[in-house]
Amino acid sequence: MNSKKISFQGVSKSFALKDTEFAALSDVSLDIADREFVTVVGPSGCGKSTLMGMAAGLVEPGTGQILIDGRPVAGPGPDRGVIFQQYALFPWLTVRKNVEFGLKLSPISPEERRERAQRAIELVGLTDFADALPKTLSGGMKQRCAIARAYAVNPEVLLMDEPFGALDALTRVQLQDQLLRTWSQERRTVMFITHDVDEAVYLANRVVVMAARPGRIYKVIDVDLPYPRTEEIRLSPEFGRIRNEVWHSVYHQAPAAPVA
Amino acid sequence: MTAVTVPDTPTPTPERRRTRRPVRGIGLNVIAVVLGLGIWTLLSRSGIQGLSGPVEVAVRGAELIADGTLPADILASLRRVFTGFALGTALAVPVGFLMGWYGTARGLIEPYVQFFRTIPPLAIIPLAILLMGIGETPKVFVIFLAAFLSSVVATFQGVMDVDKTLINAARVLGASDRVIFLKVVVPASTPFIIVGMRIGLGAAWGTLVAAELIAAQEGLGYRMQQAQLYYDLPTIFVGLISIGVLGLAMDRLLLLAERRLTGWQERR
Ligand SMILES: Nc1ncnc2c1ncn2[C@@H]1O[C@H](COP(=O)(O)OP(=O)(O)OP(=O)(O)O)[C@@H](O)[C@H]1O
Ligand SMILES: [Mg+2]
Repeated sequence: MNSKKISFQGVSKSFALKDTEFAALSDVSLDIADREFVTVVGPSGCGKSTLMGMAAGLVEPGTGQILIDGRPVAGPGPDRGVIFQQYALFPWLTVRKNVEFGLKLSPISPEERRERAQRAIELVGLTDFADALPKTLSGGMKQRCAIARAYAVNPEVLLMDEPFGALDALTRVQLQDQLLRTWSQERRTVMFITHDVDEAVYLANRVVVMAARPGRIYKVIDVDLPYPRTEEIRLSPEFGRIRNEVWHSVYHQAPAAPVA
Repeated sequence: MTAVTVPDTPTPTPERRRTRRPVRGIGLNVIAVVLGLGIWTLLSRSGIQGLSGPVEVAVRGAELIADGTLPADILASLRRVFTGFALGTALAVPVGFLMGWYGTARGLIEPYVQFFRTIPPLAIIPLAILLMGIGETPKVFVIFLAAFLSSVVATFQGVMDVDKTLINAARVLGASDRVIFLKVVVPASTPFIIVGMRIGLGAAWGTLVAAELIAAQEGLGYRMQQAQLYYDLPTIFVGLISIGVLGLAMDRLLLLAERRLTGWQERR
């Protein structure tokens, strides 16, 4: 149990519709090891965000349970940093104040707070915009600010919901490399949702492919490629092979669920 | 021949919008006022029954200022509007928050708010007189009610509309309900509250004249009532213009507060 950081155990979730129940997730079990980088891909509406919301403590599971370090999740907490698809920056706060928001809630001195915020801002390259309001930032800068805000409280787990989805290809690659760099330095456990198969393979130790109706785990694919991941690895035949396998599992899913 | 000027690197200061608008805007405003006065003069000259012109009204205004009537009326009216408005919004903000934040409070309070909102304040006056006599209380009460009802709805809508992901973002950073309320819900709904206050202010002025029908001794509404009895149109105009100018001035003050407090909003 000790190396399991996040553990989904027989998790199901349905939402009540007008006259029926909609099964968003059905019997999902998944263990994510400490310091592992897991990416999750799957068709739209297959329950990826719902699954992550449960690990974050924002969504209650219908049945089953989610354990973090062997303890059931009881609501959100600063041990798990969440990066939302819609940035979710506080628009009335500057970049620096956004980054300091979580730090103000922890018992550290003002000097340390400022220092840690500054470090997180430098890490994502927003030093020159530390005192700007979010409305003056581009999409990529907003997302970097959200990442800095999550990093600043130094969570053991990072939950990222399509964080780079809205960015242009160049910014996206830059942020991917930056994320991998900090991950290999600080070795957090990462659960990362994406629509992009290349991104899923490039980042992960393991790729979890989900299927819809009902939302379930379709296949888990190991990525046996060394870190640091480089341009060469991206172009290697092995990368291509894994990417094809993931691609195939996502886009040519057998309609019936492979019963687990 | 083409001269190419290289523009300076843009500095990230959002000052651009402010500098251009006043010059043209104020120019157009002045033209509008002059035009309006001209049309007014024409109309009164062309003999609409008893309509007094701008000059006549200005003269009467000066008289009323000189003998102290206008300042006293303005003071009395302002005091009522301001007291009613301040009490109304001071109560509306916490009640609106309560309604937006707690489903129970919403369920208990909303039917009353919606019900009283459909009753014009004017219709409350007979009841207010019978219950509260003919002193200051019923007048302030009616203005209070008008201001309260219109701004409570805006506040509560504002709280309801706070982006759920912002609340979640605060929760995952470890914020308690109290912190979320103070640091997320309050700032996020400030724009709505200020809009509510502006509506409330409009409602307060709108109710003033009606409130001063209640056996007042002074006040702009009362003065206009009196003037009506004596067919004194210039005085009525002085009253109308005073109400308009005062209302506009207070609204501009709130607008200024809005600019300062909610400049962070992305404007579309
Ligand atoms: N609060 C809710 N009420 C009702 N249905 C919901 C709710 N939240 C999610 N669902 C439904 O559950 C399903 C899974 O939603 P979820 O957001 O987890 O999908 P997703 O895999 O993240 O999709 P996407 O890739 O488009 O973000 C969807 O069909 C959605 O309609
Ligand atoms: Mg999603």
